[in-house]
Amino acid sequence: MTDRFQGEAISWELSSGVIELTLHRGPCNEIGTLSLQELEQFTEALDDLSRQCHALIIHSAMPAGFCAGADLRELYLRSQEMQKAQAVAGVRDFLERIHSVLNTIDAAPLTTIAAIHGVTFGGGFELALVCDLIIADKMARFAFPELRLGLIPGFGGIPRLKRDLGNAVVRDLLLTGRSLNATRAHAVGLVSQLVAEGEALRAARATAAQLGKFDRRTAIAAKKFIKPIPYHELKQEIDLFCQLFTEPAVEAGLRKFVESTDLQPYLP
Amino acid sequence: MTTENKTLDEIMDLAAKHFKVSRDKLRPDEDFFKTLDIDSLQALDLLTRLENHFHVELPDYELQGVTDFRTLAGRIHARL
Repeated sequence: MTDRFQGEAISWELSSGVIELTLHRGPCNEIGTLSLQELEQFTEALDDLSRQCHALIIHSAMPAGFCAGADLRELYLRSQEMQKAQAVAGVRDFLERIHSVLNTIDAAPLTTIAAIHGVTFGGGFELALVCDLIIADKMARFAFPELRLGLIPGFGGIPRLKRDLGNAVVRDLLLTGRSLNATRAHAVGLVSQLVAEGEALRAARATAAQLGKFDRRTAIAAKKFIKPIPYHELKQEIDLFCQLFTEPAVEAGLRKFVESTDLQPYLP
Repeated sequence: MTTENKTLDEIMDLAAKHFKVSRDKLRPDEDFFKTLDIDSLQALDLLTRLENHFHVELPDYELQGVTDFRTLAGRIHARL
């Protein structure tokens, strides 16, 4: 059993009953094929790891933020190399794999904490949403900008947002595509602890240490009771995403993003 | 009540301090992407700092086409 792993996109280490999963793929942990492969390695190891642990902390080592979402450049360039039907099949395969990873973390038999700073957009926001707790510093921003590309969130964001937030906030996020700062995210109940800039990981570690005081089996049972996983809606989301992916607006949106001369064109 | 000029001054002070640019180099009507040498991610960072400083929320789509401090001050002032 590997209690330590050093990959190109992610690393993890187990210490004192806590697994720390670090995201470190520049520029901002965009999730593409490499990240997915290494996340799959992580979830394969998670069953064994979790027998020794009571908490998992996911955090980013990249200054720009937690995670800017899917690797849109990879998605666009790969889709251009294929016939449309092949591209959609490839997208569906990717989505099913990332859903499997995120569902595993969502249901993991330990308490999971996302320690957030900076940009937490799209797939990055979806990774945070599978965690039981989100601890964010005051510079964090959350968004689902997919609508700007003619898409909806595809990594399970909509069912999980609906699980956690009131419908008015969900509509605001999804229909405007705007980003919320961490203060607002805390006010609406998305973020459980709001901390000073640079303090999210420290606060997550303190929280994880606290969790270690409680009976592990009770915590696992309580989590199963409290936290339903919306499997049916998650599958529906994949179907809708693949349907939308065939629309011309999506190719145009992706092309605009990829061809932007800005390093990361994150303003709407 | 805070005037829009005071809001403008506070924005430029904050931007100069955070991006380590001399305050004298900042002009209210010039392109701040160029004078601060920032990209859109850093502009979002600036937006967050301004929201925290003024205790307002400014949807990022309100920044569409905004490249100068004076217009930015107007958008923030409208939320005070």
